[in-house]
Parts: sequence; structure tokens; C-alpha cells
Amino acid sequence: MFTGEEIAGVFDELGITHVVTVPDSTIGQWQGAIEQRGRTRLVRVCREGEAWEVAAGLHLGGARPLVLIQCTGLFESGDAIRNVLHDWKLPIFSIIGYRSYLNQDTLPGDTCLVFTEPVLDTWKVDYKLLTTHEQLGEIGAHYTACRGANKPGAILVAEGKA
Amino acid sequence: MARMSGRDALAVVHSARGPRDVVVTTMATSRDWMLMPQTPLDVIFVPSAMGHATSLGLGLALAQPDRRVIVCNGDGSMLMNLGSLVSISGARPANMTLIVFDNGVYEVTGAQPTPAPNAVDYAAIARGAGFAAVHAYQDLETWRAEAEQVLAASGPTFVWLRVNAASGIPGPRSPGPAGDRAQALQEALRG
Repeated sequence: MFTGEEIAGVFDELGITHVVTVPDSTIGQWQGAIEQRGRTRLVRVCREGEAWEVAAGLHLGGARPLVLIQCTGLFESGDAIRNVLHDWKLPIFSIIGYRSYLNQDTLPGDTCLVFTEPVLDTWKVDYKLLTTHEQLGEIGAHYTACRGANKPGAILVAEGKA
Repeated sequence: MARMSGRDALAVVHSARGPRDVVVTTMATSRDWMLMPQTPLDVIFVPSAMGHATSLGLGLALAQPDRRVIVCNGDGSMLMNLGSLVSISGARPANMTLIVFDNGVYEVTGAQPTPAPNAVDYAAIARGAGFAAVHAYQDLETWRAEAEQVLAASGPTFVWLRVNAASGIPGPRSPGPAGDRAQALQEALRG
């Protein structure tokens, strides 16, 4: 839905210093453009729960990080989200790939569609769902709004085949 | 050879850290660190997400490259987040030192054994994960003699300390609202 160049440009405009990430087949395609642009450092971690705590350390240290993971990694991240967003009250922003939202050919009946949004609601994360290319500008708008309110937020990016 | 006391081994870190160094503790190391004089750069990672002190430390190290970040982890916590060793070695923070206090038990929950106590070679795991600087100590005097040099070296550095298990000692109590402590830490790091 979005190209790596478009996403890298958004990160650049927002002053994102670090993207802490575990890839999937959609968001992983953005890595090359982000690295090529050279203004945002990719921090590759092994498991999504790590990403939130690495981002927490970056935020505490004065950087402007963003977590980039798939919704399956969101499910893995529960304890870290609870700790970072609610115990330590850090306004970490994330972009989360929404598996199978646009196409269930690979995984018919994918339960990601059942649980992703309720899990974000449970963790009290203010999220926006993007389903079309025309919504690219909403990433920056939602990031800016959440940053202004000093609260965590997320963008759900609808994905096609798993 | 008898293992050293965990508290004594931690006291060595307390003495050897520099005034600008950030020290992250968790679980038993937090409990014992709070018995010693505190600084605004001490991160008592209580409450925590299980095993994530290493990840928090990585973020701090990347954001504050001019400060040493020392993470004092337990072996039980390390086992919960072994992948973070690879994340750290991949990110290559030269200013990060990770110390594992290995007592073979989950001390704060009543000293139940980890899945394979005394069978895990953490130095080999760290080397295999890509750490170039790896040290192991079982004797307090040797650790005390070399700690300053180990902490001052370019990293990321991994230190494996084999320490005694303590039992019957409660876990750490949060020293205050974490949100307030986060703000205080941010202010201290700007200084």
C-alpha cells in the first residue's frame, strides 16, 4: 500500500531517530529505503517484546523512536506494552502491520482479524486504521496528535497476503 | 571454587561505575542496589517486563552514546530474553556493559531453580551471539581487581558472574511511581 520511500519520507519529516523493528513481508520491504535515506537508524531486534523496551530506553535517553512490527508481534508484546506504556507511562508510537486485512488468500479465516483491534483497545492504545494509499498523510497527523497529547498511539496498516 | 556473594559482586559495580554512567538493575540486583547510595542515573527497573532490562539498556546506550550503560541482570531474566544478546551485538553499542549475576535460581520468587542450573555456559552463549568482549568471574577478589578495566573498555561487553543463591529474601519493592521516575531520569540524562 505504501512504498518504502514514502514511509522513509514520513519518518524523516517527523524527526524519527530510530525505528525498532521485526519485519514481516510488507513492512519489511520498507527497510531498504529507510536505511538508504540514512536519517533514521534501524534497530533490528529478535522478538517484538524487545522492541518496546528498546524504544523505551531510546525515549528516556532523548531520542525519538518508533516501533514497527506486525500484529502477530503485537500479541507477543503484551507484558512489554503493559510495562512501557502503562507502568512507565512512556508515549511510544508504533506502526503495526495488520495481517490479512485486505486479502485472506494465504490464511483464510486468519484470527489476526479477530484479535488485533480488541487487543489494541485492551492496551488502551489510540490507533488509526489505514486501508488505502490516500491515507498516507494520516500517519504524520496521528503521530503529531499523540505526541502533542503525550500519549502512546499506533497506526494499523492494512496488509494483503500473509 | 566457592562462588562469590551476589551482593558483594554488585557492590564492586557500585564502586567501579563512573559518575556519568547509567546503571540499570532488575529483580534481585534492584533489591540489593537499593541498599547502597543512589544517584539520579540509577534505573531501578521495578516494575519491569520480564527479562527486558537488557532491551531497556540497549535503548539507553544507543540514545546516550557518550555515557556508559551498565545493565545488572540475573540469569533467570537473561533466559527470558536471550535473543536480546543478538540484538545488542547487532546494534554494537560500544558504551554498553551487560553483567549477568548467575545464581541458578529465580531468587525473588523463592529461589526455585532455573531450567538448567549450573549447566549453562553464559560466556559461550554471549560469544556465540556475537559479543567480542566476554569475561567470566567466580572469585570476588579477581572481579574486584578487574572491574574498573572491564567497565572502561569499549563494548558491547558481556560479564558472567557466578554468585551464590540467596533464599528467603523478599524481592524488590518499587521505590516510587515509575512514571515519575521516568521523568526524573530524563532530566538527569539531559544534564
